[in-house]
Amino acid sequence: MTEQFDYRDAPELIRVEDLHKDFGSLKVLAGITETIHKGEVVSLIGPSGSGKSTFLRCLNRLEEATSGHIWFDGVDIANKSVNIDQHRQKMGMVFQHFNIFPHMSVIDNITLAPVLLGKKSKDEAIAQAEALLERVGLSDKRDSKPTRLSGGQKQRLAIIRALAMEPEVMLFDEPTSALDPEMVGEVLEVIKALARNKMTCVIVTHEMGFAREVCNRVLFMDGGIICEQGAPQDLFDHPQNPRTQDFLSKVL
Amino acid sequence: MLVNIEKLLVKYGMSFVNGLGTTLLLALVAVAVGCVIGALVAIMRLSKSRVLNLIATIYTEIIRDTPLLLQLYFFYFLLPDLLPALKLSKFTCIAVALIINSGAYMSEVFRSGIQSIDRGQTEAARSLGLSASQTMIRIILPQAFKNVLPAMCNEFVAITKETSLASTFYVGDLMTQYQTISGKTYLVLEPLIIIGIIYFVVTFTMSKLIAVLERRLKADD
Repeated sequence: MTEQFDYRDAPELIRVEDLHKDFGSLKVLAGITETIHKGEVVSLIGPSGSGKSTFLRCLNRLEEATSGHIWFDGVDIANKSVNIDQHRQKMGMVFQHFNIFPHMSVIDNITLAPVLLGKKSKDEAIAQAEALLERVGLSDKRDSKPTRLSGGQKQRLAIIRALAMEPEVMLFDEPTSALDPEMVGEVLEVIKALARNKMTCVIVTHEMGFAREVCNRVLFMDGGIICEQGAPQDLFDHPQNPRTQDFLSKVL
Repeated sequence: MLVNIEKLLVKYGMSFVNGLGTTLLLALVAVAVGCVIGALVAIMRLSKSRVLNLIATIYTEIIRDTPLLLQLYFFYFLLPDLLPALKLSKFTCIAVALIINSGAYMSEVFRSGIQSIDRGQTEAARSLGLSASQTMIRIILPQAFKNVLPAMCNEFVAITKETSLASTFYVGDLMTQYQTISGKTYLVLEPLIIIGIIYFVVTFTMSKLIAVLERRLKADD
């Protein structure tokens, strides 16, 4: 159990207003209004097809929302005229399938973006990357090709690659779903350490035990809306919405 | 016949070597510059801009759906008319035509190479804040290039053979040497056999080298 953290006291980081997303006639997001506060660790749970991954991907505009607003750093980044590249630098993302750059060494994967985008000099970026590798126990892989890494190692690399941009929030899209069971733990440990250090995290996950242990707040999505939300103890032990009850009875 | 072949080799050996040099030079220029054009055209075809897409499509379709010999004639006559000040040599005009031809085929090779890269690569790069063009140059093209390297080499082999059409304009390639030597000696089959063997040895060797390269690249993954 993490220490008590009342997110309502923390400043807002992302405010989503009435977010809609249609794929053709299919309404994937049907009006989401939600605020993520600094330092919060929020998990998104729900049945597949409920829109939780789409919601996450709308936050950094990998999916373009059909309508609605996403306020981040005081800017409505859902507005098409906003230069999204600038804002994405402050939103790290970790994918289900890692998406490591296979043609670069481990260290180059980490230093590419900070150097290319002028955030750090080459030397600073390398020093930072080495510290990050140390933190997740991958120092000995510094110059390896990513193809030599296991799934768990790739995902840890993907996490620190995102951290190298020093983001204000980390978005995780089912970070352990593509992993062999014995590797899930090592990745969750890294995310837990981030949560302890008060990194704001939004995590789409099927790991209910992890959500209960690490998150300050759990959002249950179904049918493109947030049906119910609350502290993990409340939501998992005393779900109010029948759909939440039904879902939890199947997965717990 | 063998005696004649021997005589030809002794007398015109250097002509065959020079011819091979010109053939390989034409093929190399066509593929190298065609490669750059091909990458640009492939990006145009995959871009969201309708205009760029249309221009690229028209270019590749016209080139792929007309005979190479016709294209050679076209540029052979067009370029000196178009740019008389440059005093372009026959060789340059033919080289330009081959480049334009090879660019169209290369663009198709690159297009499939770019499309073969997982979408997740683009998403990961964009999520870090890289722009679309930074993503293309740093993430997608290097991987696509590796994937299409064998196909590019095959294009080189194909162009090496196709340069024989350039002999229509006597640019000094291997086939031109055949025509010259055959005209001087009134021998037809013998010089043909010699250049045939040269073409075969060169392209056969290249194909085998490509197979090795392909295996190496796979082992690298």
